[in-house]
This record gives sequence, structure tokens and C-alpha cells, in this order.
Amino acid sequence: MNYPDPLFDAAGVVAFVFLLTAAAAVLGRYLARLFFHDAPPAFVRRLEKPVCTLLGVDPDTEETWRGYARDLLVFNGIGIAFLFVLLLVQGVLPLNPAGAPGMAPDLALNTAISFVTNTNWQAYAGENAASYLSQTAGFTVQHFLSAGTGLAVAVALVRGLSRRESDRIGTFWMDLVRAVLGLLLPLAFVAALLLASQGVIQNLDPYVTTPSGQTIPMGPVASQEAIKVLGTNGGGFFGANSAHPYENPTPLSNLAEVFLLLLVPAAVPFMFGEAVGDRRQGNLLYGVMIALFLGAFAFLYAAELAGNPLLAGTQGFPMEGKEVRFGLGGTALFATATTATSCGAVDAMFDSFTPLGGLVPFALILFGEVAHGGVGSGFCTMIAFVVVAVFIAGLMIGRTPEYLGKKIGVLEMEMAVAVALTPGVLVLVLSAVALAVPAGTAAALNPGPHGLSEIVYAFASMANNNGSAFAGLDAGVLFYTLAGSLAMAVGRFVPIVATLALAGALAGRKAVPPSFGTLPTHTLPFAAWLVLVILVVGALTFFPIFAMGPIAEHLLMAGGA
Amino acid sequence: MSLRASLRPAIVLFVLALLGLGLVYPLAVTLLAGALFPVQAHGTLVHGHDGSVAGSDLIARPVADPRYFHPRPSAVGYGASGSGGSNLGPTNPDLADRVNASIAELRGAGVTGPIPSDLVMTSASGLDPHLTVEAAFIQAPRIAAARNRSVDGVEAIILAHRVADPAPFHPEYVNVNILNRALDAP
Repeated sequence: MNYPDPLFDAAGVVAFVFLLTAAAAVLGRYLARLFFHDAPPAFVRRLEKPVCTLLGVDPDTEETWRGYARDLLVFNGIGIAFLFVLLLVQGVLPLNPAGAPGMAPDLALNTAISFVTNTNWQAYAGENAASYLSQTAGFTVQHFLSAGTGLAVAVALVRGLSRRESDRIGTFWMDLVRAVLGLLLPLAFVAALLLASQGVIQNLDPYVTTPSGQTIPMGPVASQEAIKVLGTNGGGFFGANSAHPYENPTPLSNLAEVFLLLLVPAAVPFMFGEAVGDRRQGNLLYGVMIALFLGAFAFLYAAELAGNPLLAGTQGFPMEGKEVRFGLGGTALFATATTATSCGAVDAMFDSFTPLGGLVPFALILFGEVAHGGVGSGFCTMIAFVVVAVFIAGLMIGRTPEYLGKKIGVLEMEMAVAVALTPGVLVLVLSAVALAVPAGTAAALNPGPHGLSEIVYAFASMANNNGSAFAGLDAGVLFYTLAGSLAMAVGRFVPIVATLALAGALAGRKAVPPSFGTLPTHTLPFAAWLVLVILVVGALTFFPIFAMGPIAEHLLMAGGA
Repeated sequence: MSLRASLRPAIVLFVLALLGLGLVYPLAVTLLAGALFPVQAHGTLVHGHDGSVAGSDLIARPVADPRYFHPRPSAVGYGASGSGGSNLGPTNPDLADRVNASIAELRGAGVTGPIPSDLVMTSASGLDPHLTVEAAFIQAPRIAAARNRSVDGVEAIILAHRVADPAPFHPEYVNVNILNRALDAP
């Protein structure tokens, strides 16, 4: 028997992308209705009315970008404070059948920031360290709210792009409520039941110990698993995340999880096209995202298929850190999707991938998670790159840079650069610190260049709010919990505030009628140019790291060391 | 507008989210999943003759008895309350040493032919209950000898219990827990 069959798997991926694109196009149109044309579906209207009354918010009074940002920061601040306290005291609270103790303050802070910022970096193992109450009232709630926050920012940015001479970009409360009630909650509910049908557990039972002494964990997993992927959160119920048979029991559940984690980020470009009244603009961004995604998948698949000559005594691609049921295609698809978005859930252990296989998730994260990016946040990063691409192209052809009929001025450029470069600066500075202090290097599990990859991957993952890991790193030590908290908070909120400032600046611009000198941004040359800008910015920033980590390790492996 | 103006909606909305998303939503899913998929929702557990829980079909159990199929090796000793992989990097000498030791052990037990990688490499969860059909076939002679059965008979059991799944990408594979139950069936 010939397994794996690359042609068969390629056909599977093409079919998958076809389905995803169709679903995303439909959902994108729905999102445009939900947020822009003031025509949300009746059930959303009925639900949001009493919520607005309770909040004391007038749905028709929009805010400036500063007001929007302030509401967002206050709300997320409350989320961090609540989750921090909940994790500290979970040991004495109910719904804790496994007797998880309260977390240490530094771990609780790291975890609270991690879930509120949509990172879901986990320096603990869920089976032992989190109660059912923390999992539901803490983590599941933030899975919804952090995804809703990301989507709200993207919606505000699209308002900025589509409005003319306005100083308003919407109401944070309304956008968040609509994102949760009109999109995330109904989809998560259906997805949770689908996953439960496959074998994902959903109960409040105590852990079961068998006569032979195996303790089997229980818990309300499906309800969290569904929104974990749908909201590109990635914070799993168990330590092994989506590799655990209770989180991801079948090839079908695996495919469903990949589909769900790509769905909303893939729909946002279509929403954008509808909202700015030019579908071609959204289609172009979607096309660029899919091209990057498929290229990354093919590279990862080929690297794992080529295998590891140091393990030549076995047949088939290396299975260390992989599950049988997903196969090579399912493993590579999940790994690509989870790092092309900001999800960070894993169904295999990246630490044990071949060096070039592990390079793919690493590079996808460092290149800014733009294919398709986190819920909302990926789109914002992509727009930042579009602004940079338009600006550089403008310099080269000697024209004033414009995008969607708006002049790109100094403020827009500053904000776009802040969005695109903040995570990269964080990664480089904090990795350098980690390499200079003993606490930073002692935490690596593997020797040689792989140890470097583990350390830099950790900061890449946290600063870009991904949450996946080269998990051999002991991330629970004080240095990593505190430096990681800083990376996650700055890596999330600085780009968000810069995005909102960009939205505010763009909303205030006059429309410039297109002229002979206008650079069209819906054409194939522009798509190629955009891909090039993304790759060049990423490579210029990170190539030395790739050379010293994964590429050096690949050469060692090929040389038989 | 001041910070205070943000505070009221922020607190009220957070409390609503806590109740709706943190309490009502998981409880509703628990009730509905429990009613629609009672076995799956509670862990696909298997009970022994005395009614006690013998294990879960979805979680690998440690097996050393030569009369049964052995699951993939586990980096966490099949400790279901602490899932995870080895996280050994591809060039870590510990990985090659461990894999080569497992291969030598199989060869010492008389196994010939290629060794499927899943049989000697640890899974991501440490709890993978599945084997490729090839990794199960390699064990058939051992099981047949220990049970005084024909190798063909054991191979027939493997082939009859291949897992069917509509999704693409996966190899032909079997569930070790289900196979072992089938071996004991009269």
C-alpha cells in the first residue's frame, strides 16, 4: 500500500479550499449585513435591544477612534483582572472535581493575559491545573470575547476605509455584541454538538480511575473546543490540545476543526469587499491569503514526507509527536491553518517536526499571521501590509500613494508600520534578553540550534498572539511567564490601538477620484507585489534567526549529526 | 466622555457574558450533547464484567501481555491525566537512541521486514489509541503464537476492524482497544 499519496492529499486540500471559499463568501456577505448595512437579522435585533438598555448605550451614537479604543481597553482590562483573580482562587471555588489548586500569581497573570489577548499560550496543563469553573467561566468566556474584540477592530477599520470625511468609526459595544450574538455563539453551539457526535466529551463528571490505575479526565470540553477553533483562540482543555483524543477524536473532527478555525478569518475579506462596495478588493486579499496558505502547506507536507535520515530504520514519514488518525495531510493542514491564523491549537507536536517542517509554522507566525490571520486581527495586519505596499509602490512610480480613493499620509503610514512591526520588535528584543540570561536558556529542552528555535518560537508565538509552541520549552518559569505576559499584552493592544487610529485617520479623509496615475489595487500585479512585500519584510526581519535555528538544524540532520 | 463612561457598559456587558457564555452556553451544550450522544459525551467509556469502568475506547491503555495488541509508545506512560508528547527535536540524539532501541527490541523478538514509524515513535497526546494497519500486522505473529491461533485469523480480525471515516488524509488504521476486545470475543 502506498501511504501517503501526495496526489490524493493534494486533491483533498483543493476540495477543502473550495468548500472553505464558498462558505467564507456566503458568511462574508452575512457579516456585511450584520455590521454595515444596518440590517442585522431579526433575531440579533431582538436580542441586542435589551442588552443596549442594560448597558445604557445608545446604539445610534457612534464614537471617535479614541472613544472606541478606550471602551475596548477598559473592557479587556476588566477581563484580565477577573480571570487573574479567578485563577488565583479556583482552588476554593466549586466545580473543581480534580482538585486543581489556585495558580501562582505569575502563572495566573500570564494565563489571564494570554486568554484575553486571544493568544492562549498555556504554561500549564489543563487536566491538572484548571477547574471546570475556570475552563467555562474563565476560558470559554474569553474565547468568545477576545474573538469578538478582534472582529470589532476589523469592522471599525473597514468603516474607516469605506467612510468619507467622518470622525466616527462605530460603537465598540454594538460591534462586540453583534459579533457574539450574531456570529460566534450560534456557530459555536452547532459546532460543539457536531464535535460531541464524533466523541469530544461534554460533561461535568468527576475524573474516572480504572481498576488498572489509569485516571481518565472528564469535563465540558466540546463547548470550549468549538469556540476555541472558531475564535482562532487555541487554548485547549487538555495539555495535548487538539491532539488529545477527547478534543479531536476522528479524521472528520480534525477536518471540522481546521475548517472552523479558518472560517471567520476567511470571511472577513469578503465582508470588506461588500462593505467598501468593490468585491474585487476583498477577493484580491482573499486570493493573496490562500496563495500564502497553500504554499506553506505544500512546503510543510513535502518536508515531513522527505522525513528524517537520522530515523532511517523505520518506514513511513516520522510519526514522533503525531497521531495516526490525522495522517500526514491532516497534520500538515492543521499545522498550517493554526499558524496562518492566530489560533495556536495543535494536533501534533511542532517540536518534533523535521527542521524545515517546523520552519513553516515558525515563519507563518513571524510573517504576521496574515493568511488568513486571527479573527479580525489578521485582516488588520493584512491592511497594514497593503498600506505599506501601496506606499512603496507610490515611491517607485512617483505618485502620491492612495488606497480605495484615500490619500495615504504620514499618520496612516506610521500606524501601519506600528501594526506590522510591533510583534517583530518584541520577538527580537525579548529573544535577545532570553539568550543573555541563564533563566532564558536553561528552559530549553533540546540541544543545539533546536534549542534556539524553541526560545525564539515562544516569543514569536506570544508577541503575535498565536499560542502554539515548540513545547519542549519549560514555559512555567518566572522569566517566561513575566516576559511572555509583556509580549502578549504589547503584541495585542499596541497594534489594536494603532489600527483604530488608522481607521480614524482614514475615515476623515476626502475621496480622491481615481485618475490615470492611480495604482489599481485589485489586479494580479498588485497581488504579487503584496505577497512580495510581506515576504521581504518578514525575511529581512527574521532571516538570521531562521538561518541559525531551523536551517542550521536541517543541514546538521542532512549531514547525519 | 471619560473613563467612567466606559466603566458601566463594560462591567454590565462582562457580567452578561459571564452568565450567558460561561454558564448558560456550556450547560445547554452539556444537556443537549448528553441527550443526543450519551456515550460520546461521557468519554466513550467501556465497562468490565463487574460494572466498573475498564477504560475508554479513545484512550490508549498500557498493554504488555503478548496475547494482545500493544498501542504506540507513550511519552507520558499512558497517564491519561497528563497528556503530551516527548517534544524531542529531530536531531536530538535521545530521540534516535530511543527509536533504535525500540527497533532492536522488535528485531530481537523475531520481527522481520520494515518497521512502521508509528509503532516505535511516541504520539502527540501520549494517548493515541490507534495503529496503522501495518503496525498491527507486525504484531499478528506474536499474538497468534501466544494464543495458539493462526496468523491468518488474527490478520482477519485486523482487517475487519479498520476504522471507517469519511474525511480524507488518514491512513488505513485500527483502534487497539477495539481490536483487543475482538481478540477475546468468543
